[in-house]
Amino acid sequence: MMLCAPAHTRNCTSWSVSYRGQIVTSDNLRTGLYDTHVSLGGRMVEFGGWDMPVQYPDGILAEVKAVRTATGVFDVSHMGRLYLSGPKATDFLDWVLTGSVSGLRIGRARYCVICNEKGGVIDDTIFYRLEEDRYLLIPNAGNRLAVVAWFQRWIDEKFSPGCTMEDVTASTGLIAYQGPGTVDAIDQIADTPLSEMRPFSWAESSIQGAPIFVGRTGYTGEDGFEMLVQGDDLVKVWTALTSSGAVPCGLGARDVLRLEAGLPLHGHEIDEETSPIEAGLDRFVRFDKEYVASVILKEQQEEGVPRKLVGFTLPGRSAPRAGYTLLHQGENIGVVTSGSYSPTLDTSIGMGYVLERYVEHGTTLDLDIRGRTVQVTVTALPFYTRPRRT
Amino acid sequence: MSSPDDRKYTQEHEWVMIEDAATKTAVAGITDYAQDQLGDIVYFELPKVGDNLAHLGKMGEVESVKAVSDLFSPIDGIVTEINEKLLDHPELVNSDPFGEGWLIKATINDPAEIYGLMSAADYDAFTAGL
Repeated sequence: MMLCAPAHTRNCTSWSVSYRGQIVTSDNLRTGLYDTHVSLGGRMVEFGGWDMPVQYPDGILAEVKAVRTATGVFDVSHMGRLYLSGPKATDFLDWVLTGSVSGLRIGRARYCVICNEKGGVIDDTIFYRLEEDRYLLIPNAGNRLAVVAWFQRWIDEKFSPGCTMEDVTASTGLIAYQGPGTVDAIDQIADTPLSEMRPFSWAESSIQGAPIFVGRTGYTGEDGFEMLVQGDDLVKVWTALTSSGAVPCGLGARDVLRLEAGLPLHGHEIDEETSPIEAGLDRFVRFDKEYVASVILKEQQEEGVPRKLVGFTLPGRSAPRAGYTLLHQGENIGVVTSGSYSPTLDTSIGMGYVLERYVEHGTTLDLDIRGRTVQVTVTALPFYTRPRRT
Repeated sequence: MSSPDDRKYTQEHEWVMIEDAATKTAVAGITDYAQDQLGDIVYFELPKVGDNLAHLGKMGEVESVKAVSDLFSPIDGIVTEINEKLLDHPELVNSDPFGEGWLIKATINDPAEIYGLMSAADYDAFTAGL
């Protein structure tokens, strides 16, 4: 037996599971939790230039279940942490981000997209308004340097002096604490009450004296918190969370969870050749402000785009994988961007781009799984919505 | 975990064991090392009863949550039975790869052939070096 196709093939930021043995790494970056992951039995793989755990010994399915039913904890320190500050910081971010920045209140966070001049997606990100003129922004691991370069270009061109960027990725860490059980547990773990935080708000607190910057945000489709901590405090905060019963979860579970929740992954659903309009991210794009990609995105919104991102389901457990072809009556009409067996829904799910006339929910298409043809049904996203608390 | 020494192994991480020398029947599966590397297995594509198998020829596929891998036949022969339990419970291969998680049974053309494969000790040494 040998590995014939990695689950993801489109992007260098994807991990590959080496079937023939250990991945030998030397140049990759490591988070302050690297030794912790290894001692927990985490299987380390390269992702976005970092050595990260793809799973721990209990496996991806058990980790997904923990996050859907209880609590899970992820080291997401590979993601970037950038501060943007200065009297022109708001104007700068309004120039490079698709969403409204000036309209975001201090204390709040927002998801949005960073586009190039063609409307392609350089990265998607959550940013937090810390003060009137100060923001925190979290780029993806594999895109951090591209985002920094893109931002610096525009700062130099239009917003300097008056806007400065500080990359604190190396000196800090980021932990995602996710699952329905996190809300009841957080007040026992943190030194100040956090359970009343509103979604997409942030607060400052501490855990066993270690300062944390915490957002009520995540990438799993569950309730939860993300915590920015000083690098030296990573192990302390991680251990406090796992000691409370949170299950360590790796990138494999994170990918299944985000897919079930219909959330895009850069390098798969979105990239520099894909616009947020095609990706169905219109609601995160403002059409009433002028910024890098505003003209082309407005044009796309008004005139339509030839292909759009859809979700689809198929019976059974054989998964669609990135790059597989979608067909209609034998004609190639689309391509899969992500897919997996969904343990939560017990069926296989996928996302992909199809020609605009096939996007209607209920449309049946054919999927070519390595030569086998399987019928799939276009479905509303997200596949999974968490139950409301009663 | 040491591999059981009552069977033979391939470099592609399949095992094969003679079940009945008189009828030349054998049973085959994937190793503990293989299932551990794959992680949670969710789907098998197995050959059909009556299919011809060629030594190290592709005989099916296994999907885990994160990867797809080809399955190669450890022997030349004809499939006589597949493990139907795996259709609903592919995770049996994770929990018991050398027992309940067998994949196929087959009539071997030449039972001597399997003796050219690796012993358990050789296979364990081989995986230790990967």
